[in-house]
Amino acid sequence: MSLLNVEKLSTSFHTRNGVVRAVRDVSFQLERGETLGIVGESGSGKSVTCYSIMGLIPQPPGRIEGGRAMFDGVDLLACSHGKLNSIRGRRISMIFQDAMTSLNPFLRIGEQLIEPLLIHEKINRNDAIARALHMLNAAGIPEAETRMNMYPHEFSGGMRQRVMIAMALITKPDLLIADEPTTALDVTVQAQILELIQKMQRELGMAVILVSHDLGVVSGFCDRVMVMYAGQVMESARTDDLFYDTKHPYTRALRQSIPALQMKGQELHTIPGQPPDMLCPPPGCPFAPRCERAVDYCAREEIRLLEVAPNHATACLRVQKEKLAV
Amino acid sequence: MIRFIIRRLLETVPVLFIIATATFFMMHAAPGGPFSSEKQAPPEVQARINAFYGLDKPLFQQYLRQMKHLLTGDLGPSFKYAGRTVNEIIGDSFPVSAELGCEGLFVALLFGLVAGMVAALKQNTFWDHLPMSLAMVGLCVPTFVLGPLLVLVFAIHLDWFNAAGWFFPRDRILPALTLGAVYAAYIARLCRGGFLEVLHQDYIRTARAKGASDARILFKHSLRGGILPVVSYLGPTIAGVLTGSFVVETIFGIPGFGRFFVIAAFNRDYFMVMGSVLFYAVLVIFLNLAADIVLVWLNPRLRFEE
Amino acid sequence: MSESISITTTQPAQTAASPSFWQDARHRLWKNKLAVFGLVVVCVLGALSLASYLWPNLTGYTYARQDLTLGPAPPSHAHWLGTDALGRDLLARLLYGGGISLTVGLYATGVSLIIGVIYGAISGFAGGKVDSVMMRIVDILYALPFVIFVILIMVFFGQSLVLMFIAIGAVEWLTMARIVRGQVMAVKRQEFVEAAHALGLSEARIIFQHIVPNLLGPIIVYATLTMPEVILLESFLSFLGLGVQPPQSSWGVLIKEGADVMQEYPWLLIYPAAAMALTLFSLNFLGDGLRDALDVRGSKD
Repeated sequence: MSLLNVEKLSTSFHTRNGVVRAVRDVSFQLERGETLGIVGESGSGKSVTCYSIMGLIPQPPGRIEGGRAMFDGVDLLACSHGKLNSIRGRRISMIFQDAMTSLNPFLRIGEQLIEPLLIHEKINRNDAIARALHMLNAAGIPEAETRMNMYPHEFSGGMRQRVMIAMALITKPDLLIADEPTTALDVTVQAQILELIQKMQRELGMAVILVSHDLGVVSGFCDRVMVMYAGQVMESARTDDLFYDTKHPYTRALRQSIPALQMKGQELHTIPGQPPDMLCPPPGCPFAPRCERAVDYCAREEIRLLEVAPNHATACLRVQKEKLAV
Repeated sequence: MIRFIIRRLLETVPVLFIIATATFFMMHAAPGGPFSSEKQAPPEVQARINAFYGLDKPLFQQYLRQMKHLLTGDLGPSFKYAGRTVNEIIGDSFPVSAELGCEGLFVALLFGLVAGMVAALKQNTFWDHLPMSLAMVGLCVPTFVLGPLLVLVFAIHLDWFNAAGWFFPRDRILPALTLGAVYAAYIARLCRGGFLEVLHQDYIRTARAKGASDARILFKHSLRGGILPVVSYLGPTIAGVLTGSFVVETIFGIPGFGRFFVIAAFNRDYFMVMGSVLFYAVLVIFLNLAADIVLVWLNPRLRFEE
Repeated sequence: MSESISITTTQPAQTAASPSFWQDARHRLWKNKLAVFGLVVVCVLGALSLASYLWPNLTGYTYARQDLTLGPAPPSHAHWLGTDALGRDLLARLLYGGGISLTVGLYATGVSLIIGVIYGAISGFAGGKVDSVMMRIVDILYALPFVIFVILIMVFFGQSLVLMFIAIGAVEWLTMARIVRGQVMAVKRQEFVEAAHALGLSEARIIFQHIVPNLLGPIIVYATLTMPEVILLESFLSFLGLGVQPPQSSWGVLIKEGADVMQEYPWLLIYPAAAMALTLFSLNFLGDGLRDALDVRGSKD
């Protein structure tokens, strides 16, 4: 049985200008120890998907409109608050993009580090502190003892992110959700942080969901990749398959936009147009207005994710019709 | 931290000096003072003034003498209460005001903080609108209306309390409520604002992701940040509360420092006025310093901003 | 499979024209019912007071006309809100007093506005040491109880209305100075100012076309929120006998007179107190609504 099984998750935000349907019918599965990358532009719904699973969507104005998120037999979207709290931080941990704002500026690092232990395990303070020191070392933070008594603003950006990782992994969770953990960091530090996550993942044998807008970041790290656009899943496949046998025009366009793959001196490839207005999304495939391979039914028929090859699903209507004679 | 305190203390010296000088010259410039020919004080008082002031000497020398007196803490004799010095009057009346002030502050903090926290937690529901509406009332009804109203209802109609006086412990209740009401209103609004701001921060989201209970989030993560605006506000206002608000003391007939100040101002009891102003200024400055120290202690980021 | 990259031009999605900042603010304000209520009340009261000033006989009685035979009387058909100890019509006094209180409010707020904006703008523009010193002065002054000085001034130097405007205004300018300085500094640092410089716009043009409009928002909000404080301060002074003098009747005077005879003639306290409370409510709601609409964040609330 999968570790995490998300079925038809839908989340909306009821704002004063209307209802924003941020996530629409998103489904995916995650096995133990597997790494999944969720890729998409800003506003694609990738972060909201993860927040929904973790119960971090403020309701109001947000609302989970439907779906299930089965984690080890428990539906995270429907269980009691107490049950959710017993899972969060212990079996599923999350790290966020901006470590500066995600750490409490009024509390010392040590205090924040031992907190998950104090909440979830019957452990005394001294033992918790010892484990926290151990985690700091494992996360590559020197002088751990002195650092425990410092405040977040006394750390550099990369260090703070390491602290966040240590804090998330101190309870040895089954699943780590990393929401754009490297976006706010320098390129050199980015690589270090990703390496750290990878190392911890192997040591603990845990599953990881890595959310990013950068297809390149995800490709070096994840077993599988899921591409989202306008709140829906466009394509989901093993990483190699996604790159070498792309089955969705959006994924292809994303791939081609990665600067590293361009020849020097050529024009950068961009995707013309804008993402759709999420207040009133157009009918049919949300990518149709910008898609170079769109045909007449693309803007009419509702899309859904279908498996067109072993372990490779796409929402592109044309590909589906070709491969499946649907 | 020590440097911070020393620097602040050093700043107060010129400020006090300016206040003393300003008050001195204001007294001399004002019409109808003991230094003008209009008002004739009784002979004993006049003699005492002359001795204290050396009225026959040139203005500048008078000023120096006055400064010298102040430095030694001698605030001079009172006009109105013959035979008593200003130091004595302040010494007798201030503890009364201080007690009233502390009680008022207690009322204000109790109601204000609780109301603010509840309102923030239950944002946009009935439990938010109710405390905030009450707070609005507290802001818009002046103390000198609330006081008499409370007296009318509780002391006269219901006869639960005395209408005035400061003899029994029960006498403290109505004045404390009257005094505290306005401050409770401000504190409630500030507290709500502070907590709302904190509750929307990313680090609260992190705490939730760690599985922290609501109580833990409230007390361990939000409290320090949420109270900040209240502490900032308290600094300057503590002084006002502690000197017992002239109005409350007047309405309830409480022999406090504020009431004596008002009486002195009306009666042109100049030494009393000047002494009061300086005493008040010193008090305020030190209370502010205390509040700032608490502020820095609460917010570690401030310790590094110099 | 290689495909030729032919870019089909498609129609961009129709988006509604996005409103300007002021339009958006006006829209938000309009939706805030409490704020609209506040605005309406203030306008009505202002109009009534102005009317009573222009036509002193509006209610059939002037504010000073005594009717000693009648004495204090509860509300009746002839006198809608009753009369006071000297037989003066309370409604007339209330309206007239409202005009005075509102006038004091406006002028004193104006004084504090002028001082505060100039001080804050200079401090914000100058930056550096000048700014540090100026703000330090504000911090120190903020801690001192100005009320004491106002009392002293009013006691020692007599009770003219003008003096009161200035004295009260001098108490309230500190907050305005802080807000303005904060806003100026925030705007100065914004990228569009750099962009304007890069485009070669003159200093003056940058100031007037870009920085000043950004100041208007907070200034309006805090001016509206200062008015109730000023009105309260004035009534407080009147209560102590230091403000407006009888037979002129600001609300503070009326409340004082009412409080003195509260037991026997409660209407003399209730109506002025209610009027003042209503006005303060309205101004506060309006100010809060403006602040939400213009999305201003200040150092106070």
